[in-house]
Amino acid sequence: MLEVETIEVSYGRIPAVRGLSFRVDKGELVTIVGPNGAGKSTTMMTIAGALTPTRGLIRLGGVDITGKRPEEIARLGISFVPEGRHVFSQLTVGENLLIGADMRRDRAAVRSDYDRALAYFPILKERLEMPGGKLSGGEQQQLVIARALMTRPKVVLVDEPSLGLAPIIVDLVYDILRKLRDEGSTLVVVEQSTHRALENADRIYVVRNGQVTLEGASAKLTDKDLENAYFGFEDKTDGVAAVHF
Amino acid sequence: MQGFIQHLADALSLGSLFALTALGISLLFGIMRLVNFAHGDLITIGAYALIVPSSNPNAVMFIGLWPVLDTIIAICAIVVALAILCERLAFKPMRGANPSVLMIASFAVSYFLQNALIMIYGSRPKGVNLWPALAQSVSVGGVRLQLLQIVTIVTTLVLLCGLTLFLRRSAIGRQMRAASENFMMARFLGVRANLVIAAAFAISGFFAAVVSLLYVVQRGTITYDFGVPLVMAAFVATVIGGMGSVLGAVLGGFLVGFANVFFQVVLPMSLRGDRDAFVYGFVILVLLVRPAGLIKVKSVQERV
Repeated sequence: MLEVETIEVSYGRIPAVRGLSFRVDKGELVTIVGPNGAGKSTTMMTIAGALTPTRGLIRLGGVDITGKRPEEIARLGISFVPEGRHVFSQLTVGENLLIGADMRRDRAAVRSDYDRALAYFPILKERLEMPGGKLSGGEQQQLVIARALMTRPKVVLVDEPSLGLAPIIVDLVYDILRKLRDEGSTLVVVEQSTHRALENADRIYVVRNGQVTLEGASAKLTDKDLENAYFGFEDKTDGVAAVHF
Repeated sequence: MQGFIQHLADALSLGSLFALTALGISLLFGIMRLVNFAHGDLITIGAYALIVPSSNPNAVMFIGLWPVLDTIIAICAIVVALAILCERLAFKPMRGANPSVLMIASFAVSYFLQNALIMIYGSRPKGVNLWPALAQSVSVGGVRLQLLQIVTIVTTLVLLCGLTLFLRRSAIGRQMRAASENFMMARFLGVRANLVIAAAFAISGFFAAVVSLLYVVQRGTITYDFGVPLVMAAFVATVIGGMGSVLGAVLGGFLVGFANVFFQVVLPMSLRGDRDAFVYGFVILVLLVRPAGLIKVKSVQERV
């Protein structure tokens, strides 16, 4: 569904992503996990069109979308939920949801998606007329995921949904993400915690220094594998060895 | 009583012109972080478009002689088209640039337009007598008011309601509000940057056109810097109101209008020439109390 091939992205002269590749198949929940500054968010921003890679290709359903503008990429079927939520705080919850559907012409389907989003996130139904800025962090996270779904995307990119949320809310958010996957959505979720990645993803990519250092089905990976790749431990036999920074 | 209502009407109609001008500036700032100094020149051009292009100081009416509705539509169309043209040629290539760069660019556009006007129409002031019927007084509840002031105030109220409805109820209005809060997030949801920005310039141009018609009736004379005093007051109004806030621009516009008339009335004759010093001194006081303006816009502060 979504293929990222050896992309390189720099901020000025500082490279952030160096030849990173991954793919998501239809109906998968893939997690990209890695420490701070590994290039995860940069990769997401690049797929969504906010940054342009200096090398490499991004394809959606076989179509090259590299270097297209954010609104074009959204219209082609990628919905991006950036880190830090970004609710439109002056718009009501209902208006926030409708913004996601403004580019669509299938009015009847929009109506049913709207009802479905509210069924997924019942708390939003109670807050429909409230300005988005008045919601709690957990409610805002639910709102931005619901809003992303209103675009009826082929792929949803979610950057660090757990950031700044209470653990119980994080569990709720992941329950919803897994449920979406079970109902056929394709998702890429960026996460800092290897533990939550293992619990929730079908497949995992560990990213470090702008490159994928480990990939595999979460069923076949162990905590130890992930930790080694995450922290950059070289010797995998005993798990303690030279650390390369 | 007569005096008070007369001053109130003066303040409201002056405030109306400032508010409409401030709105045109505030909308663009909210969405693009563009402080558009060329807005005043759009107002100027709306007035010049009424007459036959010529450097002859005796102006010959052209569009200004058409039936009222035709004149209004033509002037609005011309100014809106020009506003969109400015966007396409001058501001689009530097989209995403630093706000100070955008502001400098708007100075360039402003000087370009002013000098183009001088080239075509000459630099001498021209008398333009548009809709003389508006100069007459009418009696409202025993008080005599100038018809133009009533028309100005009513027009402004109608446009304010219209703009509010547009921003609240229409899809593009909703997208403009979302974009002024977080443009990139709106684009991630498929909101077209080009459409939203063109819409903002079109509305801004429309407001400039309305202001130029109302102001030209009031002044009766046009010069190449006709819109500049309005735009200066409107900038102050947007700053007092809170940069990027639509409601703030309106409040700020009326506040500056009221301050102008207030000082005009209370200052002794010998100080009236220095009225602006008092008006802007008052503005400084307001900003000392509320440095972010009457209405704080959160998204503006985060970015600064």
